Amino acid sequence: MSSLAMWIVLGSTGVLCFSIKLLGHLVPEPWLANARLQRINALIPISLLSALVVAQGVVVKTHVVIDHRLAGLGVALAALFAKAPFPVVVVGAAVTSALVYHLH
Amino acid sequence: MSNLTRSTVRDSLSVAITVGTYGVAFGAASVAAGFTVLQSCLFSLLTFTGASQFAAVGVVASGGAAASAIAAATMLGTRNALYGIQMAPLLNVKGARRVLAAHVTIDESTGVALSQAPRGVAAMREGFWITGLGVFLFWNIFTLVGALGAKALGNPATWGLDAAVPAAFLGLLWPRLQTNFLRAVAVTSMAFAMLVTPWLAAGLPIIATTVVAVVLGWRAR
Repeated sequence: MSSLAMWIVLGSTGVLCFSIKLLGHLVPEPWLANARLQRINALIPISLLSALVVAQGVVVKTHVVIDHRLAGLGVALAALFAKAPFPVVVVGAAVTSALVYHLH
Repeated sequence: MSNLTRSTVRDSLSVAITVGTYGVAFGAASVAAGFTVLQSCLFSLLTFTGASQFAAVGVVASGGAAASAIAAATMLGTRNALYGIQMAPLLNVKGARRVLAAHVTIDESTGVALSQAPRGVAAMREGFWITGLGVFLFWNIFTLVGALGAKALGNPATWGLDAAVPAAFLGLLWPRLQTNFLRAVAVTSMAFAMLVTPWLAAGLPIIATTVVAVVLGWRAR
């Protein structure tokens, strides 16, 4: 991605995310009280975060690829099951992935 | 300071510090995606909503278009509007204070404010402000730390940074999976994302999975 495009991502994301927050403080309550909208809105973070795990963990460009990152994700998953705190999850994944990367 | 106030301050600060340190992961992910240290810090100052920031740099890192990155971040940010609707009548502020309140309306400030309900409205307000401003302070400090750290480390794969980013997403996802239905939404979304990956341009599968949320959220359960 070009340097200009990265500045556009940065600026647009900042403006849009702030505008959404401000909108919540300004609109009358019934506007966003639609039950279906709220249900879908509650699920969107789950779908997007799930897709981001896939896109960052097992994808290179447009291919599904199994590599050192999956070993890291496996350790992260085990840490989450063991109720480990967030830094342990992230560092555990990084250390495991780096080890597998260097062993290959 | 009364005991009630002290408990609220303690709750707020512990959340602010804990969550703020996640900023290290964001700073590192942002630099690994190709953003400069300055850009990474501006992200945390201006956007200031963790999941959206991670999503934007995540899409950029996976080779997606600028529009995909912005769309993913914006969709993840929509929940903050719902928080604002809940917080506005509680805070009852106008002008510059309202703008500031809006900027620090995030998962954590709303969560702590709501958790203080048994202690009364004053405690809820206090919880919102201390948590919101506290996360803002620590999140930005630790973003800088993470960005400088990642810049010093170099190739993301050498230090496992490329796995730390999806692990961070998994860590953000995990606490949301409270019911079997929500776990099914996550698994379906992951399967869907893998399925469409070979057929869509890089970054688009992330946006496309919102279809799963729309379809599964359409009908009342």
